Amino acid sequence: MKSHIGPAIRLTVVMLVLLAVIYPLVVAGIAKLAPGGGKGETVTVNGKVVGYKLIGQKFTEDRYFNSRPSAVEYNAAGSAGSNKGPSNPDYLKSVQARIDTFLVHNPGVQKDAIPAELVTASGSGLDPDLSPAGAKIQIARIARVRSLSAERLNQLVDDHTEGPLLGLFGPAKVNVLALNVALDQLK
Amino acid sequence: MTTEWMGVIVTYGITVLLAIPLGKFLANVFKDEPNAFDFMKPLERLIYRLGGIDPSREMNWKENLVALLTINALWLIYAFVLLLTQGSLPLNPDGNPSQTPDLAFNTAISFLINCNLQHYSGESGVTYLTQLGVLMFLQFVSAATGIAAAVLLFRSFMPKPVETVGNFYVLFVKSITRVLLPFSLVIAMILAFNGTPASFDGKDTLVTMQGDTVGVSRGPAAGFIAIKHLGTNGGGWFGANSAHPLENPNYLTNMVEMIAQVVIPIAMIFALGFFINRKRFAWVIYAVMTVGLLMLLVPTILTELGGNPAIAHLGIGQPTGAMEGKEVRFGPLASAYWSIVTTVISTGSVNSMHDSSMAMSGTMELLGMMVNAFYGGVGAGLLNFYYFLIIAVFISGLMVGRTPELFGRKVEAREIKIASIVALLSAFLVKGGTALAAWFFIHYGDASWAVKPSAWLNNPGFHGFTEMLYEMTSSNANNGSGFEGLGDNNFFWNYATGIVLIMGRYIPIIGPVAIAGLLARKKYVPESAGTLPVDTPTFGLMIFAVIFIITALSFFPALTLGPLAEYFSLK
Repeated sequence: MKSHIGPAIRLTVVMLVLLAVIYPLVVAGIAKLAPGGGKGETVTVNGKVVGYKLIGQKFTEDRYFNSRPSAVEYNAAGSAGSNKGPSNPDYLKSVQARIDTFLVHNPGVQKDAIPAELVTASGSGLDPDLSPAGAKIQIARIARVRSLSAERLNQLVDDHTEGPLLGLFGPAKVNVLALNVALDQLK
Repeated sequence: MTTEWMGVIVTYGITVLLAIPLGKFLANVFKDEPNAFDFMKPLERLIYRLGGIDPSREMNWKENLVALLTINALWLIYAFVLLLTQGSLPLNPDGNPSQTPDLAFNTAISFLINCNLQHYSGESGVTYLTQLGVLMFLQFVSAATGIAAAVLLFRSFMPKPVETVGNFYVLFVKSITRVLLPFSLVIAMILAFNGTPASFDGKDTLVTMQGDTVGVSRGPAAGFIAIKHLGTNGGGWFGANSAHPLENPNYLTNMVEMIAQVVIPIAMIFALGFFINRKRFAWVIYAVMTVGLLMLLVPTILTELGGNPAIAHLGIGQPTGAMEGKEVRFGPLASAYWSIVTTVISTGSVNSMHDSSMAMSGTMELLGMMVNAFYGGVGAGLLNFYYFLIIAVFISGLMVGRTPELFGRKVEAREIKIASIVALLSAFLVKGGTALAAWFFIHYGDASWAVKPSAWLNNPGFHGFTEMLYEMTSSNANNGSGFEGLGDNNFFWNYATGIVLIMGRYIPIIGPVAIAGLLARKKYVPESAGTLPVDTPTFGLMIFAVIFIITALSFFPALTLGPLAEYFSLK
């Protein structure tokens, strides 16, 4: 035991320098070349930072494409899901309430056309995306509020839809912040 | 949907295609044969010199265990002290407080042993100094400890009778310089160039398009997330782990993180085959583990794609599957795949919230951790598999009426006793711990802890019980994922899981290494017609049966009270 204490201390110090000092500094140094310089990429409108490209935002107003419900109200100072179990009666009541609210704000939409992501909270509470269906079901409402044609909005959603990775892997998605920035610029 | 299936199938395919050459490479590294990373030799010599280590000194298994445990004890004290004082130390741009003693105890142990149970949130519970200097440091060295222990085990399979089985320090250093550090650097770069922050800037504040003022936590996360997966540690930089868009920005990084966490555990199996020159045996182990994985994976994927039946009753569509706790950019299929690989191996990182998984998925996640030997964590999976192997050899020996032997060495009473104790211990820790928690919940609901027992559970009924069962199972398996609704940052959970963590880690390391050491000293009997061959499908089936029966007998009653009951009540 004793003969191992010396090497244990010395090896620990060496490894701390290598792993906890040199390694993260090298990563931070190379990451300066990455988009955003390793600080996170921001989205700017008229010279003002309105958000981070990857972090979702709370959009609840009728004139915007609404984002998903969030357990942390999209405040990225923290992050969390609701952690509600599938059979929790209170949880199911809140889902029902979200469905009712959605139907009030989007009259004419058939209930079974509402995709689940619009009435369920994401894992991070910061989900930046919607599925294309989740965006398109909101078009009628936005067209009415903004007096725009549904065709133009449809085109806008299509333009902002990112297909699967390399066209092969994973789901398609729409970044809600980018979509709403573009929406504000439509004339 | 096709692209989501393709994503998962290709991810697994790439993992195996990488694992085979990586296994060969690992075997060469640990056999001291020429390999691609020999240019690291000067760095290694420097580390040995500064560390005061004689790399040529061979040690027996007891000395190696003492070396391993001594340095681990030192890390524990170091981590505990820093976490307790982090609030007044530098590199704390967000002004986060020091941890309470019970939380620091739990956090230090849980990172020391490669579990990464987190009873805090990364954004508010630690500082950049402790994230890097304690948690990330431990992610590297705990993984290297696991690999070194597994290689010590490999050596005992060699045909020559040997007193000495290698040098822990050398195996430990090489695991870092030739595997964990270089590969982490590559993964960190991929993450950084896809949007994961890597700079030391603190929290940002901004006003959103709708006029809300919000913060955005950041920090040098890319390097941390790389080793978190490569070392099967699983502890996240951010609270939401790899569901967080900065921790796992897109489908590409999701594939990379899924590959990174599975590749070394699978490679270790092939490394064993190359190391002891029994490739068929390695394939038998791989096949048993893969069948086990698929039996857990397929039901989970199908359940998640089917959506939540209770939500279907509300009349809305679930075209992509169950979405509560899941991210749109991954979808339920990749989330289901992740939830099983992360519990089957001991990573415990998540890209969806397991508390919101469907009941059947929760069952499968729990089973993955209860078995804890299908691939298993870096090193630890093979160690766990080893005692199932010993029991299987023993039972088959009895069935055919021969003295059980493994690779030319007789398996006798002492070895089988150690293996049985290790196998039974996990059932005791998981069920004993859960029972104790349930007892406090019922009888001491008002105990004045940071979270009162009556407020522990985030969900009522069967699901609430599962939250407690999951926490204990995850601790014992050194997994680190959680049903995160559980209010676990308080006196009871911090200490109770801390103790389960220690027992769940060191006993499964000490047991197999001791067995291996005992076997290695025995006289080598060359294999003959009377030897039970272990590299056949028949024997693979035998191991599988042993795993299945031990797990079912140990855990089925507990599963019945929790997720299975929820499954049958959810219609």
